[in-house]
Amino acid sequence: MSGDIRSILATDCGSTTTKAILIEREADGFRLKTRGEAPTTVEAPFEDVTRGVLNAVREVEELRGRPLLDGERIRTPQQGEAGVDLYVSTSSAGGGLQMMVSGLVLQMTGESAQRAALGAGAIVMDVMALNDGRRPHEKIRRLRQLRPDMILLSGGTDGGDVRRVAEMAELLAAADPKARLGAGYELPVVFAGNRDAAATVASSLGSRVALSTVPNLRPTLERENLGPARDAIHELFMEHVMAHAPGYKKLMTWTAVPIMPTPGAVGLIIEKIARRDRRSVLGVDIGGATTDIFSVFDDPGGAGPVFNRTVSANLGMSYSISNVMAEAGLDGILRWVPFPVDEVELRNRIKNKMIRPTTIPQSLEDLVLEQAICREALRLSFEQHRALAVGLKGRQQARDISDALEQSASGASLVDLMALGLLVGSGGVLSHAPRRAQAMLMMIDAFLPEGVTALAVDSIFMTPQLGVLSTVHEEAAAQVFERDCLVHLGACVAPMGPGRAGHACMSVELTPERGAPARHAVTYGEFTLVPVPQGGRVRLEVRPERGFDVGAGRGKPLQTEVEAGVVGIVLDARGRRPFTLPEDAAARIAKLREWNRAMSLYPREV
Amino acid sequence: MSHSYTPGLRVTAQARVRRERRLPLRGEVLLERGARVTPETVVARTELPGNVQTVNLAAGLGVEPARAAEALLVPVGSAVRKGDGIARASTMFGLVQNRVEAPADGVIESLSPVTGQLILREPPIPVEVNAYVAGTVAEVLPGEGVVVETEGAFLQGIFGVGGETSGPIACAVAGPDAELRTPDLRAEHRGCVVVGGAWVSHDTLMQAREFGVRAVVVGGFDDADLRRLLGRDLGVAITGSEEIGLTLVITEGFGRIPMAARTWDLLSERQGETASVSGATQIRAGVQRPEILVPRAGGAPAPSESAEDGGLDIGSPVRVIRAPHFGRLGKVCELPAALQPLETEALARVLVVEFADGSGRATVPRANVERLAP
Repeated sequence: MSGDIRSILATDCGSTTTKAILIEREADGFRLKTRGEAPTTVEAPFEDVTRGVLNAVREVEELRGRPLLDGERIRTPQQGEAGVDLYVSTSSAGGGLQMMVSGLVLQMTGESAQRAALGAGAIVMDVMALNDGRRPHEKIRRLRQLRPDMILLSGGTDGGDVRRVAEMAELLAAADPKARLGAGYELPVVFAGNRDAAATVASSLGSRVALSTVPNLRPTLERENLGPARDAIHELFMEHVMAHAPGYKKLMTWTAVPIMPTPGAVGLIIEKIARRDRRSVLGVDIGGATTDIFSVFDDPGGAGPVFNRTVSANLGMSYSISNVMAEAGLDGILRWVPFPVDEVELRNRIKNKMIRPTTIPQSLEDLVLEQAICREALRLSFEQHRALAVGLKGRQQARDISDALEQSASGASLVDLMALGLLVGSGGVLSHAPRRAQAMLMMIDAFLPEGVTALAVDSIFMTPQLGVLSTVHEEAAAQVFERDCLVHLGACVAPMGPGRAGHACMSVELTPERGAPARHAVTYGEFTLVPVPQGGRVRLEVRPERGFDVGAGRGKPLQTEVEAGVVGIVLDARGRRPFTLPEDAAARIAKLREWNRAMSLYPREV
Repeated sequence: MSHSYTPGLRVTAQARVRRERRLPLRGEVLLERGARVTPETVVARTELPGNVQTVNLAAGLGVEPARAAEALLVPVGSAVRKGDGIARASTMFGLVQNRVEAPADGVIESLSPVTGQLILREPPIPVEVNAYVAGTVAEVLPGEGVVVETEGAFLQGIFGVGGETSGPIACAVAGPDAELRTPDLRAEHRGCVVVGGAWVSHDTLMQAREFGVRAVVVGGFDDADLRRLLGRDLGVAITGSEEIGLTLVITEGFGRIPMAARTWDLLSERQGETASVSGATQIRAGVQRPEILVPRAGGAPAPSESAEDGGLDIGSPVRVIRAPHFGRLGKVCELPAALQPLETEALARVLVVEFADGSGRATVPRANVERLAP
């Protein structure tokens, strides 16, 4: 089928906005042609997601100047200049997929179950386990309150104790939980635990819920097998959850492939980049309600690249903006603001954005405040990601003498910023930042990359659509991703090590494909942007001073290549672990202004 | 491109409003279609299943789970009182007698032969649902509740805290731009829905609670005061279940913002009439705004509450809902089609608004205005 495709329409129904993109085949491959958007219409008074889809497509129609709709339907296949050959969609509207997961031991099967649900694109409302500190009746009360879209029940290794797994199933049966959407259907429950317990679980739960049994997600302590549980979650998401959300039944009949949860689609793209480029990748998608972080890092235990996704359900830039303030504290936000702000006024501004989530910053000061909040939302989400993206806890490890010396343990975070090759940002506040340098500095400040790290953003926030497209037309998705979606910003070079302000810490030699080489001696505390001619790659030779590491070991030089990027190469010797800002307000503001000037961040000083 | 603005909140003198009054679980509906109700009328009743207690019988008796059933003194399905013996077994060749007692009043629901766990269900918890607003039962939802229909003034606020309540409307200040101060509150406000103007402080709100005021409706409120009221920073805007002693409805936003003239006029016209007020707000997934309903039959023909807002046109009255002109009112005087650069350098669809106070014009992103009812 994919050989005949001339045009593709892809939509993403977000919690605030529905985005549509039109892709067309040209002589040299597929290109993004135009993009439209409209408010999502899952809520009253519309309560029909297809209204927002049609509005967004109508905008694409107007901008492209060719008909795509046939009344209230998307016209497929393309006939002459009208319609498209393929229509696909993702969705996170209506709160996305909300799940409760359970395992026997919180840090083992509980954590594996959480990773399976998150990897499938869900928001995890609660993780229940026998050792989670709650008494049985407290668990039952919680299960009754939650009203999730779906439950993932895991626990036990294959061939292990059946009784403890049965106990969790009995608690679930006693709670008799109800689904969030549509009172008239049974709650989907996926059992992915000890296979020997499947029959017992079925006899406890079978008549009360829509039970699906899949292979164990932790068949042995040493192995995770998340694929079957993830697939079952995707299938049930379509069959049960989406079918009960307003308008989705109709939307499902329009799409060529099943509608995918937005984060699941973004995760696919991140995994593909990491596999293709054979490097560690960290991706972030910051939305209005939630922030998703995706990572692919090598398992130091030798298990190869490991994909992880976390969702911070209440960290975002509109619906959840107030929660960023609640979690980061007002001081956490204010430390990024280069001008004095009245606390009462700032609190009111943040709340006003929450209650009117579709407004946009008009004044420069307002933009700076939003970008300060974004840094904290990203930082907090990344902290949560590091805590969950860990090696399997509880496994027996074959250790050699070097492991013993390094005291490495099972359950250590897989996130190694020094090994990170590419950091990709997505979501309105990053993709639509008026200057690309703003997106770059927000990500550097929030993630504090170490050594040499390339940075990129999704140009107009279309990774979800390309993710779902890649499941049906990989070539088109890959071509549009490379040419029209991914905007290379440049790279950050950050030496690691203790230093004193003003003392030398590294020298960097940059050799762009086009243009003359340049050499920079960098002192500790310095923050510089080196613009490079756009296009092609830049060769970097970094020589750290004794005691500093840029990725090859303390004092050892590193040679590498990065994409040139539209912003340039940032030499960031501000320090890490910890990265600190001056306590004194005037000194802090002066520092922030100095860094903003270095990046030409804003059209005037704020 | 008329969809890139925030639809204004509904503020109308006469609307036909339907409110579903549903039980959390199936139960008994007490009224029939056509019945007249007041806010306090109980329309449906049910019993929530009682809390569950788990008793590890096998461990308590020291027997294998599969044999726990043999030790039961009363069969599954029996009602028991707290302290009643429910199982007994002897171990150590009959030397040790183990006895397990019921930890609470309830019914023995099940006993698992796999885990030896006994589930004891405590007595059911009665739940009643009232009509919330005066009107007529328009529909009976068998086993679930009723739909109450009423006609009258319908006003949505932008944010609220506290649950459903009702009481006569009392305007306590001189006008929509006045702040509600403690001296404005009087003993006769007890049981009332008190309308302030542009702002109320936390201290005055607490004073209103002392006076027995049921709800306060005001233009603006400070987030710093909200924090004091709730005892925490409100992270996610899902409200309505706070137990703060009264209900607060903010009609315009956070900060000192004069109440929209239309809202003020409507509430002051209806002084003394009974209003039903809910502070429940949900800003994501299932948007819900706080509301004030003032039933009055026999008004002008009432449009349904879900009547859609029209688009923005030249002359449409709007309010700016974001800095730097936050809260200001005016009329649209230009709607340029092309994207225009803002001070932030972002390109956005804009409009030009002429301010109502005669202070001139300003260009504002369309996303940053809400259309007001003409």
